[in-house]
Amino acid sequence: MNVLIWFTDPANWSGPNGIPARLLEQFVITAVAVVIAAVIALPVGILTGHLGRGSAVVTSVANLGRAIPTFALLLLLAAAGGVGVSAAIIALTIFAIPPILTNANIAISGVDAQARMAGRAVGFTGRQLLSKVELPLALPLIFAGIRTATVQVTATATLAALVGGGGLGRFILDGFGLQDTTMVLAGVALVALVTMTMEGFLALVQAGIAHQLGRVPGRLTSSFLRVLRNG
Amino acid sequence: MDLLTALVEHTFITAAAITLATVIAIPLAVLAVRSRWLVTPTLVFGALVYTVPSLALITGLWPVFGLSATTVIVALALYALMIILRNTIVGLQEIPSHVKKAALGMGYSEGSLLVRVGIPMALPAIMVGIRLATVSTVGLVMVGALVGHGGLGQIVLNGFTNNFYRAPILAGTLLAVMLGLILEWLLVWLERRLSPWAPGALR
Repeated sequence: MNVLIWFTDPANWSGPNGIPARLLEQFVITAVAVVIAAVIALPVGILTGHLGRGSAVVTSVANLGRAIPTFALLLLLAAAGGVGVSAAIIALTIFAIPPILTNANIAISGVDAQARMAGRAVGFTGRQLLSKVELPLALPLIFAGIRTATVQVTATATLAALVGGGGLGRFILDGFGLQDTTMVLAGVALVALVTMTMEGFLALVQAGIAHQLGRVPGRLTSSFLRVLRNG
Repeated sequence: MDLLTALVEHTFITAAAITLATVIAIPLAVLAVRSRWLVTPTLVFGALVYTVPSLALITGLWPVFGLSATTVIVALALYALMIILRNTIVGLQEIPSHVKKAALGMGYSEGSLLVRVGIPMALPAIMVGIRLATVSTVGLVMVGALVGHGGLGQIVLNGFTNNFYRAPILAGTLLAVMLGLILEWLLVWLERRLSPWAPGALR
């Protein structure tokens, strides 16, 4: 009940500590980290997939990325390079790379061999094969990696508040510092709402891409649910 | 708090969360698979809960359980639950129908089919779920430092607030990574012991 009152208080909707400002911080941190990660990981993943080489390296990068605790890496980077948004962005970029890299690699290398041979048969060069056959076929799976990374980074960006990076985590940490249960719960509700909406929206986009390419039978709702279900 | 105490707490919280999650996830998966329509809602709900960050979940449970290890254990058990649940459901669904028919033909009831055929056949998938959940839980326990029960996260956070003293930050991080690797290795060993029929188990 108190949480609802907190949300209707206009004071929480204005200024640099207001909900819109914190929301914007969270989105900007997320967007920058995901874009940098995509610029690094997409070419590498696509190229290794196309050439059919280096998948062992890709797998070990992914495994290493999973084993390093987010919390520790964030504090470590902040301690090494100074508190602030940049430490948060570097840490989040590192987390965004593994899902984008592995999905791009698997998406391209997993393209049907028959389709590849057909492309060769009509005289495509390696580059044409990549741009006209492999990339269009792999697009939904490549996007799946970007979706996973974006949702993960949106969630983890909450931790950025720990190292002075701002974002929605501020409400939780400030509330916690003030022993203000209402503020903490409001922050938690806000974060949960944002990450869940992000997941739902991007799953819809992914289902939409697959439908646009015309390779999924059935209705959009069922492929949307399938995307969400398969995580 | 010294390193050893932190390591022990870290291991305890991880073990408690994984045990709690496993005990709840397996019956839940069985229930979902038995009444088929439950599978999609369960998995979609799980995927959505899984997106909520650990910082939010742990502090969200703080008003309920206070500054205790229980807060961290319950929050992390929720994440582990989703991973193990998903893997168990997939494992149970992938049992070939001819195996089920053979068991029914031999006079197994629905219940014993599940316990004596279903669970053993789904065991590799369940164990993969438990392993993934364990490694991710070891990393997440550190966030519990915010409510004073983060195991090695405590060492890291103390180093951080103590004027960025890097030695404890690095020591805590490395120990956590090692703990994750050791637990994963232990679970691989356990899986081999639990499924002696699997290829390569009796070596």
